[in-house]
This record gives sequence, C-alpha cells and structure tokens, in this order.
Amino acid sequence: MAKIVVDVMLKAEILDPQGNAVAAALPRLGFTFAQSVRQGKRFEIEVAGEPTPAQLADVEKAAEVLLSNPVIENYVVRVEK
Amino acid sequence: MRVGVVTFPGTLDDRDAARAVRAGGAEAVELWHGDADLKNVDAVILPGGFSYGDYLRCGAISRFAPVMTLIIEQANKGMPLLGICNGFQVLCESHLLPGALTRNSDLHFLCRDQKISIENVETPWTSNFSQGQEILIPLKNGEGSFQCDDATLAALEGEGRIIARYVGDNPNGSRNLIAGITNAHGNVVGLMPHPEHAIDPLTGPSADGLGFFTSILNAMVK
Amino acid sequence: MSLDTVAQAIAHPDTAQPFKELGLKPDEYARIKEILKRRPTSSELAMYSVMWSEHCSYKSSKVHLKQFGEKAPKSDALLVGIGENAGVVDVGQGYAVTFKIESHNHPSFVEPYQGAATGVGGIVRDILTMGARPIAVMDPLRFGPADAPDTRRVLPGIIAGVGGYGNCLGLPNIGGEVVFDETYIGNPLVNALCVGVMRHSDIKLAKAAGAGNLVVLYGAKTGGDGIGGVSVLASETFGDGGSTKRPSVQVGDPFVEKVLIECSLEIFAEDLVVGIQDLGGAGLSCATSELASGGSGGMKVQLDKVPLRDPSLSPEEILMSESQERMCAIVEPSKIDRFLEICKKWDVTVTVIGEVTDGNHLEITWNGELIVDVPPRTVAHDGPVYNRPLAQPEYIDRVNAEKISVPMPKSSSEIKAALLKLVSAPNMADKSWVTAQYDKYVQGNTIQAQPDDSGMVRIDEKTHLGVAIATDANANWSYLNPYQGAKLALAEAARNIATAGARPLAVTNCLNFGSPEDPGVMWQFAESVRGLADGCLEMGLPVTGGNVSFYNQTGDVAILPTPVIGVLGVIDDVRTRTPMSFDKAGLDLYLLGTTHADLAGSEWAFLHGQRGGNAPVADLQNEMNLIEVLLAGRSEKIFTAAHDLSQGGLAMTLTEMVLRYMVGATITLSDVANDLLSESPGRVVVAIDSSQSEALSALCKKYKTPLSKLGTTGGDSLIINETKVSLQELKIAHTSTFPKLFG
Repeated sequence: MAKIVVDVMLKAEILDPQGNAVAAALPRLGFTFAQSVRQGKRFEIEVAGEPTPAQLADVEKAAEVLLSNPVIENYVVRVEK
Repeated sequence: MRVGVVTFPGTLDDRDAARAVRAGGAEAVELWHGDADLKNVDAVILPGGFSYGDYLRCGAISRFAPVMTLIIEQANKGMPLLGICNGFQVLCESHLLPGALTRNSDLHFLCRDQKISIENVETPWTSNFSQGQEILIPLKNGEGSFQCDDATLAALEGEGRIIARYVGDNPNGSRNLIAGITNAHGNVVGLMPHPEHAIDPLTGPSADGLGFFTSILNAMVK
Repeated sequence: MSLDTVAQAIAHPDTAQPFKELGLKPDEYARIKEILKRRPTSSELAMYSVMWSEHCSYKSSKVHLKQFGEKAPKSDALLVGIGENAGVVDVGQGYAVTFKIESHNHPSFVEPYQGAATGVGGIVRDILTMGARPIAVMDPLRFGPADAPDTRRVLPGIIAGVGGYGNCLGLPNIGGEVVFDETYIGNPLVNALCVGVMRHSDIKLAKAAGAGNLVVLYGAKTGGDGIGGVSVLASETFGDGGSTKRPSVQVGDPFVEKVLIECSLEIFAEDLVVGIQDLGGAGLSCATSELASGGSGGMKVQLDKVPLRDPSLSPEEILMSESQERMCAIVEPSKIDRFLEICKKWDVTVTVIGEVTDGNHLEITWNGELIVDVPPRTVAHDGPVYNRPLAQPEYIDRVNAEKISVPMPKSSSEIKAALLKLVSAPNMADKSWVTAQYDKYVQGNTIQAQPDDSGMVRIDEKTHLGVAIATDANANWSYLNPYQGAKLALAEAARNIATAGARPLAVTNCLNFGSPEDPGVMWQFAESVRGLADGCLEMGLPVTGGNVSFYNQTGDVAILPTPVIGVLGVIDDVRTRTPMSFDKAGLDLYLLGTTHADLAGSEWAFLHGQRGGNAPVADLQNEMNLIEVLLAGRSEKIFTAAHDLSQGGLAMTLTEMVLRYMVGATITLSDVANDLLSESPGRVVVAIDSSQSEALSALCKKYKTPLSKLGTTGGDSLIINETKVSLQELKIAHTSTFPKLFG
C-alpha cells in the first residue's frame, strides 16, 4: 500500500486571511520566529500497491478539478513511502 | 449582580447578550479580550460570533486572550460561566468542557428556529427551567456538530451533564442530539443555540431564552 | 526598470504609452495630455484610465442618470443626495439612515464565493464611510436556469459567499431575491444592499478639507488585487518578464472588515476625522482624487509609505490596487495620536501617507520623486461623457404583438395541478434553503426578514422606531416595456414596504444591463431610467443614489434588462406593524385592487415558455391610494395581516399566507384561473377580524381602492371553489424544490 499526498495551497499572490490570523496570534503567545504564515490543505490518498503513472496522472486530474480551486489555489502531488 | 460579557475581535452577539442580561435583571459589564481584568463580575458570558474570524479552528485563538486566563482561573474556582455558540467553542478549546464542535453534517451554515429540551436544571444557568421543558430559540452556526469519544459521551450521559438536546431532526450531526453540556462541577455551561436572541417575540421566535438570564440572577441571589 | 516621473514625462514627451491596452480611446488620451499640457506619467495614465472607466465614471449612463436630479420630487427627508458614497435620509427622532445597492456580477461568475463575499464587503464599507453603523444587508440574486450545470456551480458558492461574509460581520440578512432565467447563464447577477444608521450629527463626507490635515490609510495591507489591465504598465516598468503574477481573484477577509467597522465607529464617535472614503473600485486613485476634489483641492501623498502585502508592487499598481478592507481618512494633526491609539486597540494597520494642501494639485511621490501631479477634479469628476446611440430594438414590436396562449386550468384537478406546478417552480419555490444560510437574528433588532414582503429592523429600542426595505425587479416586464417595467418595480417595492405599515421614503437602484455599445440595450437603459425618474417624481420619492452595471452579456446575448429598485420606508413603532400572515381561523380575507387579464410577463407564461405580450401599465395614482389604505389600516389597527401580490399572482400570495403558520383558508373566485394566475399590479390581500369590515370598506372608499371579499381563514387546507389542497401537500410542493436542486 502506498500513500499519495496532495498538498493544496493558496497561490502566493492570493490573500490568506487564515494564515494572517495565525501569524498575528503567534507573537501574542511569545513565538517570534514567523515572518509570515500560510495555511493549506493536505489530502492523503491510499492506493493498493505502488502507484502507477496512470494513477498518478488521474490524481493530478482530480487535484485539478476537485481537490483544488485552480482559480486561487496550487497543488502538488507526491508519493509518500 | 454583575455579569461580564466578553468581546473578542470578531465577536458579534456581545450587544445581544448584554441586552439579555439586562432583561434578566442583572447588570451587564463589558469585558475586553485584551484586558486582564474581570471588573469584579459574579459570572461571565462568552457570546457568539467569529472571534479572530474563526480562522485556524473556531475558538482556538481566543482561548489565549489575556482575559481568558483570568476567566479559566475563576471558573475553576466555581464562577458561573456560559459560552454560547462561538463561546461554547472557546470553552472546548480551553478544555473547560470536553469534546469539540465540528462542521455541520450538511456543510452549510444553518440559521433556523430550533426546539430544544432542557435536560439539567441544576446549573446556575438553567435553574429557572423545568426538567424536560421544551423551548424554541434560534440556532445559527456553521460548526455546531458536537463530537467527543465514546468514553466522554458515556460520562456526559451518566453524570447528567447534557443540559440541552435538540428536539426533532438532528440539525447538525451532533452526537446524541447534544445542544449543550456542563462541566463536572456544573458551573460552566456551553450551549450551541442562542438564548440571547429569544428574549422578546418581537425580535426572536419566542421569549423562551430569557430563562437562562433569569436563572443566573436567581442563582447568584441565593 | 526606470521610474516614470513627471520630470521624465516632460523630458521625454514622445514615449509611447499603452493607453489602448488600458481601455482609453485615442481622444480620451489626447484629452489627458491637454489637461496636463504634457504626456501623463505611467502612474497618471493608470489613474485616469481606471477613473475614466465605465465602472467609475458612468460615462455612458451619466446623461440619463441626471434625470434623477432634474425630476427629483421635493423632499425634506433627503439629507445627503446623489454623488456621495451613499444617500442619507432623515427618518425622524434625530436618526438618519443610509442605504445603497451595488453589483458584483462579473467577479461572482469567475469565483462565486469570493466574488459574492467581496460584493457584500464593498457595499458595507460604502455605508460605514457615511459615518453609519451598518445594520442589515439584502441580496437580490439572479441565475441561469435552476437545473443548468453552471447554475449548480455558481449558486451554492454565491449563497455561501454572501452568508460567509455577512454572517462573519454580524449583519443580519433581511431579504433579497433569487430569480432564474436563461439570459443570466454565464452572467449571474449579484447585487448587494446595505443599510446603516447614525445620528444626524454623525454624517461623514468624502472631503479632504483643511491644509495641513493628515491623509491616513488604515485597514488591510495593499496587495496586487484587481489590478488586471495595469499589469501592462507593470511589465513595461519592470522590463521584459520581470512582472510578478497578479491575483485574478480578490479574497475578502470578513474578520478584518468586522474589526475595521468597530475601529471606525469608535473613531467616528470621538469625532476624529474631517473626511473619509473607503477604498473600493480604483483603490487609492479613487480615494485620493475624490477626497481632494471634495475638499480643499490639493493633497500630497508619499506612495512608498503604503504598507504592502506584496513588496514587488510598482507605484502604478499600488495606485490601482483594489485590495479589500481599506479606508482612507483625513485627520487633524492634533487628533492623530488618539486615532492611532484606537487603531492599535483593534490591531488595525494604520499609516499616515500624506497631507492636505491648498491649491489644485494632487501630488504623489515615490521615494521622493514626483510621479503624479494632476488637478484631482479632472481625475475624479471631469471624465468623458458619452451620448451613446440608442434605438428601440426590433424585438419590441414583435413580442408586444404576440398573443399569450397558455393553458388556463378549468376543472378542479387542473386547478390543483396548476397550483402545485406554480408553487414548486424554482422562481416561486420556498427559499429557506438559501436564507437558512444567512444569520437574520444577529444584533437583535430584526423584525421582519424573508419570506416577509420587506425586511424590517428596529433602530431605537426605546421608541421602537424602525425602517423597512424591499428590493424588486421584474425583468420580464422590463423586457416587454422597460419604461413601464421600471415604474412597476418601483411601485412593487413601495407596496412591499407599505403592506407592513411603513411609509416609503426614498429610493436606490442597481441597474443591470447588457452592453451600452448596443443601441438596443442603451435604449432599454434610457427607457428604464426615464421610467424610474418619472415614477419617483409622481410618487414623491427621491432617488438617493445607485449603481449601474453594464456589459452583462454572454457573447451577443444581453441579460434581460434588470433594474433592481430598492425602497426604504420608516415606521414609527415596529410593534404595530402588519404581519404578512395570520395564525388563527375565522378571519375574513379581502383583495385590495383590481385583477385584469395580465398574463404577459407572468410566471405562468414563463413556465410555458412564453415571453411576449404587453406589460401592464403602471397606475401610480392607484398605487399611492393603496399605500394610504395600507398605512391607515395599520395605524387604525384594522388589519390582522397583509401580503403583497406580485410574481405568481394570487395563487402565490395565498400559498405563502397559509403556509406561514399552517392555517388554511377557503376562497371563492369568479374567474378562477385568471384570478389565481394574473399578475396585475397594485394588489394586496388583507386579513381582518369580521368586526373591522365596515372600517375597511370606509377606508377603501376614502382612498378609492377597489375591495372584494375572497373568503375566510381556517382549516388544514387551501380550498379554492371546489378545489381542495391540503396544506401538507402544498408545503411539500413549495419547499422541496431547492433541497432537491441544490442538496
């Protein structure tokens, strides 16, 4: 069994209110490390056996049409061992 | 008799809660999230809204507000504390109450008039109701589905700590139709629907919600 | 990568500039040169291009819109008229109310959730800018056919966006419309209305008066939102391929806006601003030029001080950015410390970016170099004005000549089937699936919301003073006759206010049309404006402001002409309003007004694919008489309930009344099919206790309003002559359509 991970993030140029709120909260708790924070979504998709190139292509397609909103988000597909 | 009403950035129902406190006969005292000062209040309400935009998780950022440190301290010593909607979420994030409020099962924000039954009349916030009394008050939230593990649920049921349940169809997927719960001591209450919007039939579906605010007055006078 | 300064513009007068790409016509570009007596810098070109756009300058509509001023009725209620961010109306007891509708149609097609959300955000800031606390929102929406795939994409997102933003701001949503028609496919209409309240003394205006006063920018940081076309300039400025990617969609942050509202109201309460302007379309270009031309006339701005979310933005882009949740205030130096303190309390980013000057120069510098030096009025107000060609489109005569032929139900079973078909049609069906996603209770002052005829909010808890608002458009009638259509929409909105017993006071509008470059569309627009202006004059209602949205079309197909009319009314005691329905048996039901054979443009005709015939002719004198009956009936406590008749006619009105509290009615009609389905304007159903029948007759006689008895209330069915439909069956038909369509 393998795990295909899809990370979906707002595009860099799109405002991220959630990330901003977290970035503002961190220093209030004494954490001063962050210059900025962006918040995204992670999907973990389990498949039987090693993912085939065809399966990965399908996941790409699914990420494009369903998991992400290509108008405002980017995604990255990778296989986690 | 002074009841504090906390305003976080993004709190919406603070004025309504203060109005309801006054309608119940007590004095409403504004508490600001950034002030480490409870202004000698006898009880506190965390009202509804979207504190800090409800970003990250509902209530997750508010629980660290300076005023919350004092409120948690006093609540642990027995001060009556009511969290409504977003306030309930803050109480769960603060671990004053068990469980968590998650997204409504149909994934939509839902605003409707909701019948609930009062199942515990021992708390300072529910003492003016009768056991099993059905009341009609607004429900309005996007993340109101109460979830917890089986052991917690069994404890809540077994100890009579479920203070209110939805009547009729489950509006949001809450376990065991839970609309509100209390802590083991009975002074901290979290409630998803909004009694402060039902203190006058002119502006709400009924005046049934007033009971929560007259209860606290009675409890404190005793 | 050189900065285009005023000095550069003088030194290099012949530099080619991409004015066409920015949407400016050659003669418009020539006029800019004439105004400046040199070529504009790229920043100046950016400002003129956006401020002279259709959206900001109203260049195609201006010549028509001036009728609202020319034909304005005498009104003591109008405190601030057209031209400011929103009009302000006196509602008595020292209170003033401001309200306005705006469109956010195109962005909502591209990204439904964010488009609708930022639409709400924008109109709320317009209201806040007047000094008012926003107290409610409404949203008239229009979509393609309910079962079209694209409607399934845009509708849930738009509803969630309107709710997501408005709910998070703590503004009750008290009404609106959801209408489906094939012409809105690919071009949904998202119109957002906001209403706010203030004391007379708190009214704020967009003016930068007093040399030496400070220009303060506060709220969200500036990003590259909504700068679209200006990236042409950016790429030139940065050299080939140097331009960063700019977002195609603006994302709203309702939390920041909520904090901005509370922060601003605290600032207003301490009287810390001389003038204020929100940053909406055209961003800083608009705010600085409008503030300056509304005040002393001059302003100096250090653009490099603007806090940025994206540090790669060029000065041109910063001037154009439409990043949400920003405000620009003019503050006296002695008050700036307190201003900054309040911003700090609310964690709001705030920066002093310039100062007001005497004279007639808006001067903007970038790291010390002068990049803009223009007379602000020429940017804000002296844009081009077009008298575009207009011509009655060929379809008008053709469709007006068409005879309506729709099946008219006769037998009992046909009548029942027609009733169930009508009440379950998407345009007529119960909209709870939509309105349950909106918070109507927050603030604790909502007296009426959907499905009532109008939204009503209390504005004083002690005196019970309140305001009511309704928005209406009947695009089917406007298609057949835009002049009458606008008048009829006005009459309907006013009637919707009056059924509850509130007196109509003022009008706003959102005029949604196709391309103004199409003479037929321009004619529809001109006729609509003429109709609305004439109607307002006759009814004595001033237009306080509005919004024009052109280019609503997919390819060559324009949307139906859709002038959305909003009417605001006042009620001295909300406790005495007339409710929309009855909750007890034994009351008498009457129809006020006359039913004709008005099926053209009706929902029944629409359901049978018919779009022809002649729209009814608005009889505004009758409408005004009816309004007087409704107002007197409320104050004399004659009515138990009153409900307007509009789309879907008597059939819909009766259905909505009996389903509200699940109390049935028995009705007798003489010409059943037409009586049920006709949409003749100027009609209302009232329920009264039988002891009031003489008082009602006397009232109707006094105001020359026809009155006919329909039947009585009671039972668990709606019975019309021999046709009986159980309330349960009627309810299921009426309420299952939306959940079935949209889950």
